[in-house]
Amino acid sequence: MADLHLPGTLPPLFNGLPRRLDVDATTVDEAIAQLDERWPGLRDRLCAEGPTLRPHIHVYVDRERAGLDTELAASSRIDVIAAISGG
Amino acid sequence: MSQTVVLVGTRKGCFVLESDEDRRDWNVRGPYCEGWPVYHAVHDAQTGAIYAAAASEWHGAGVWRSTDLGETWELSSEGLSYEDDGGQKLSKVSGLTVAHGRILAGAENAGIFESRDGAKTWSLLSTLEGMPGREGWNDPKNQPPGHLGLPAILPHPDDASHFWAVVQGIGIFETTDDGASWTPRNKGLRADWPLEDPEVGYCVHKLVMSPVDTQRRYQQNHVGMHRSDDGGMSWTEITEGLPTEFGFAAATHPHDKETFYVIPLDPGHGRVMPEGKAAVWRTRDAGSSWERLHQGLPQRDAHLGVLREGMAIDARDTPGLYFGTSTGQVFASVDEGDSWTEIASYLPAISSVEVAVLD
Repeated sequence: MADLHLPGTLPPLFNGLPRRLDVDATTVDEAIAQLDERWPGLRDRLCAEGPTLRPHIHVYVDRERAGLDTELAASSRIDVIAAISGG
Repeated sequence: MSQTVVLVGTRKGCFVLESDEDRRDWNVRGPYCEGWPVYHAVHDAQTGAIYAAAASEWHGAGVWRSTDLGETWELSSEGLSYEDDGGQKLSKVSGLTVAHGRILAGAENAGIFESRDGAKTWSLLSTLEGMPGREGWNDPKNQPPGHLGLPAILPHPDDASHFWAVVQGIGIFETTDDGASWTPRNKGLRADWPLEDPEVGYCVHKLVMSPVDTQRRYQQNHVGMHRSDDGGMSWTEITEGLPTEFGFAAATHPHDKETFYVIPLDPGHGRVMPEGKAAVWRTRDAGSSWERLHQGLPQRDAHLGVLREGMAIDARDTPGLYFGTSTGQVFASVDEGDSWTEIASYLPAISSVEVAVLD
């Protein structure tokens, strides 16, 4: 199971969504799809038309910058970061 | 006793200001919507719900809804996408209109979405296909720093399929068949720049209709104030007597079609009230003459801006007038603009002000 960490801006939007959870997925895209099944609408908060990650949503897999198609290992750590957006 | 509720959309969330029918003492609640930038918050008189158009720099655009006057909120963007319509990008929902049992949302890129379930789900109604200028107005190379969008929709009070849409920098378009077809309605407007097509290319900042005469319209344009007496088919400029031709906010009197309010601003980069002196301007004769209203407003070092949706008027017998500034003050008048009081002082930069009277 990959170890997924979410930004603090997301849990207030979705009832019961934790900051950290385990996901059984082979890509970042699949991990987000699993989250969207449990918390409908969550994908829209991370992805724009394309689909692509939103410009200020940065995803790292095992500390490397990742995209939707980045593959996950069973032991991967995924960090979803709400990046710089000004004051 | 009835309640007066002012909804304030700000760069850091939505606020709710409450008073009674005297409108002298105010209670401020908020920020709501998790501090998301709120571009336009409106009240649905039929259901009592509040809807707030918002766009987070991280999490994209959506519409927040509250059915308990702001105590609790839910967010949805389901269907707010151009995914199935040529791959345009939806960067924000700019303006909301509640009419005839549905909500219309004007978006950037320019398009109109509708919701018939209280802002839970949305569907694309129109992107004004076929209109002159349509092919170019979403082109990124034609975009100014603020981007072009469709910020305003003016509904006909009696006919759900009849409404007007404003496309920024392009002009007004009318539909009588619920967005299936459109006609430009910009005759008589001024443009201080070359036009490839005289039907479009006008910078309409705010369009309002008199509640007592649907034929009477006013608009604050990038270049001048204008009036229409024929339902927007043609426009006459009424700028003379105002200190500048530029501004964003405008409001019509709810009971007198000749009375109309604007807030002129310097047209350069500053876009604040001239000479650091705050004022609202009123005409009582449909634009033949203007009065400067400033009693109670700061007259020194007051470099205040007010945006497109930044002024509202309630429908009480003696209507209350409200405006919110880019520096977070809300001012109110309960004597039709003759005098003003500051009812909120330290809010974030204000995008929108709307008012509702609740029985």
